[in-house]
Amino acid sequence: MTRIGVVTFPGSLDDRDAQRAIRLAGAQPVSLWHGDHDLHDVDAIVLPGGFSYGDYLRCGAIASLSPIMTEIVDAANRGTPVLGICNGFQMLTEAHLLDGGLIRNDSGSFICRDQRLRVENTSTAWSAAFTRGDEITIPLKNGEGAFVADAETLTQLEEEGRVVVRYLEGNPNGSLNDIAGICNARGNVVGLMPHPEHATESGFGPDTPPAMRNGTDGLAFFHSAIAALAAV
Amino acid sequence: MPTIIIEVMPKAELLDPQGKAVLGALTRTSGVQFSNVRVGKRFELTLDGPVDEATLAAVKRVADDVLCNSVIEDVVAIRPPENAETPS
Repeated sequence: MTRIGVVTFPGSLDDRDAQRAIRLAGAQPVSLWHGDHDLHDVDAIVLPGGFSYGDYLRCGAIASLSPIMTEIVDAANRGTPVLGICNGFQMLTEAHLLDGGLIRNDSGSFICRDQRLRVENTSTAWSAAFTRGDEITIPLKNGEGAFVADAETLTQLEEEGRVVVRYLEGNPNGSLNDIAGICNARGNVVGLMPHPEHATESGFGPDTPPAMRNGTDGLAFFHSAIAALAAV
Repeated sequence: MPTIIIEVMPKAELLDPQGKAVLGALTRTSGVQFSNVRVGKRFELTLDGPVDEATLAAVKRVADDVLCNSVIEDVVAIRPPENAETPS
């Protein structure tokens, strides 16, 4: 069975939700610890959401210097699928595995809502189970989710099709070009601010037109990685 | 004990929502119409021993690599002990 590691940092909040999502998607979640230099032979890695180190210094900055990040950077450079969700996305930018950075929401407020997104790149390890142009709803909850990059980087991301998901029906945080998530050039490292792991089981997800809380649009992110690994 | 001071500011071209919120409060309370407020960070690094060239080089490195994320911020000052106003 595909083994997907979830790293717990001091201040991680959604590590167990990510593990649950991995189980629901049909893989085996493996708990990883920030202070170890050991990936326990996992096939893919999730950096979960939360407020590692209380967002001290900058969101994700101190976590990006954790012992286990040495192994994660090496694994990412070898092509191992790595997904950063929210605080995990911030860590990936701080670790220079993804371009750009995340700054405080333009509203100055923490935003928590079910967010509509359009999937724009379905060639990554974490989005291949979608169809290009799919419109999905998954929860968003952050205070520092505004994606920024210099003009040259932004143009490059757009021209290379490395915007994986884009905000629909209102930009919640001032992200440039409505960017909600991006990938690296190889497509194995993906980071996004909204939370796919919170939309993986009917009864516990976002509201959808047919019924309350039955949205499971987040599952396809995890199905994508499982399929990508099975194809190797 | 010698203290080195490092100042980091958000990049000028980026929106600083924190500064914007402070600007609103200052304008309301001071009666002065400030046109802009930007909020940055000041780090005070204190050492037990003397500060030599190697230490200053290491400080410069951590200022650029750790204390500042060059995508969103700039190091605007590194003040060695002789230029740093030390906390009383």
